[in-house]
Amino acid sequence: MSLAPPNNSVTKMEFDFIRQFILERSGIALDANRMYLVESRLGPLARRRQLNGISEVVARLRAQRSGDLALAVVEAMTTNETSFFRDVHPFESLRTTLFPEIIQQKGRVDLWCAACSTGQEPYSIAMVASESFPQLLSQKKLKILATDLSTEVLEKARSGRYSQLEVNRGLPAQLLVKYFKRQGRDWHISDRLKDAIEFQQTNLLTVRVAQKMDIIFLRNVLIYFKEDNKRRVLTNIRQALRPGGYLFLGGAETILGLDAAFETVRIGRTLCYRLK
Amino acid sequence: MNALVIDDSTAMRLILRGILQDLGFEVSVASDGLEGFEMLPQLAAKLNVILVDWNMPNMDGYAFLRQVRKDKAYRKIPVLMVTSESDIKKIQKAFAVGASEYLMKPFTAEALREKLELVGVLG
Ligand SMILES: C[S@@+](CC[C@H](N)C(=O)[O-])C[C@H]1O[C@@H](n2cnc3c(N)ncnc32)[C@H](O)[C@@H]1O
Repeated sequence: MSLAPPNNSVTKMEFDFIRQFILERSGIALDANRMYLVESRLGPLARRRQLNGISEVVARLRAQRSGDLALAVVEAMTTNETSFFRDVHPFESLRTTLFPEIIQQKGRVDLWCAACSTGQEPYSIAMVASESFPQLLSQKKLKILATDLSTEVLEKARSGRYSQLEVNRGLPAQLLVKYFKRQGRDWHISDRLKDAIEFQQTNLLTVRVAQKMDIIFLRNVLIYFKEDNKRRVLTNIRQALRPGGYLFLGGAETILGLDAAFETVRIGRTLCYRLK
Repeated sequence: MNALVIDDSTAMRLILRGILQDLGFEVSVASDGLEGFEMLPQLAAKLNVILVDWNMPNMDGYAFLRQVRKDKAYRKIPVLMVTSESDIKKIQKAFAVGASEYLMKPFTAEALREKLELVGVLG
């Protein structure tokens, strides 16, 4: 028996539909040249759901714009790329400057990782604390709130299990052997680090965090938003930060011209923003 | 910037050399620890980093590393182990004799770049 494989290339009309759909649902604006991304992400999704290629995914979304398939498409299309100690310097600045400063001021640190993806970022922060300020962990004086839109990445983040390819990336091997156990081909992170982190599903466009944070990591997620949604996200973020608190963005991101409530601060080799 | 790649696999030497050249390194290669060690007197002065495999004939990466760390002239050169050994005990052993970083095969180009950043030869 021979089955013709479903066609996984995407037409211009289908791509435009997906783009608009993702924009409405997540606020993320896909570049016009991201057709390959739609193909590489939604092709496998169609196969898993035994749909006849991307065309059928699109047809079903047109018929029903919410529900299970809609959620899966949004999740598949929002990029989750991350690594341990991504860009190194933001984590250095916690160690050299911000953790000491905040510990001295109030004896504890409240930090929010606002788009934590599969968890490498909050775990890296917990490792910085454990290495340089062990009392933060042993006395439970560090609370990391780690959130993301995607339930799939959060599930992985919570599990604390990483493949060899993932632990190879950005993670000093001395920390690997100290904080991970190998099980089969996977590496499992220690419960001690997990205990400092609370994972939660949230949408940055609508989130309200009651607590006032000392530090917020909002890295490599603003790039996906258009101007008006960027403002919305930044408003939500600002409300969760205490005066004098610090905001970190990704290397290619800036809030210049978007929000005058922040001033730029240079710490070592990284730039961050302080709420006035 | 200059790098020395020591690996008994021709394919691996090519891969590592390719990635390092893309990152702006000039690359010398050796096919085992002994050959690599014998190249050091010539190279050491301008060498920024050594990448060395673990399992090789003649002199393996572990023995090579010990030799390098014993020698005043070479002691400070960052050495990155690039190997398919992924046992925690092995990794600890490598650090105990002075490895600067440790990368497990298989790896991606980004992973190598990030390790080089960690040992301070990039970024
Ligand atoms: C590229 S990852 C960044 C991960 C990490 N912060 C880093 O810098 O490595 C972007 C993450 O943002 C999440 N995301 C996208 N839109 C979001 C939204 N509206 N609300 C919350 N998270 C969102 C995605 O699910 C993805 O995991």
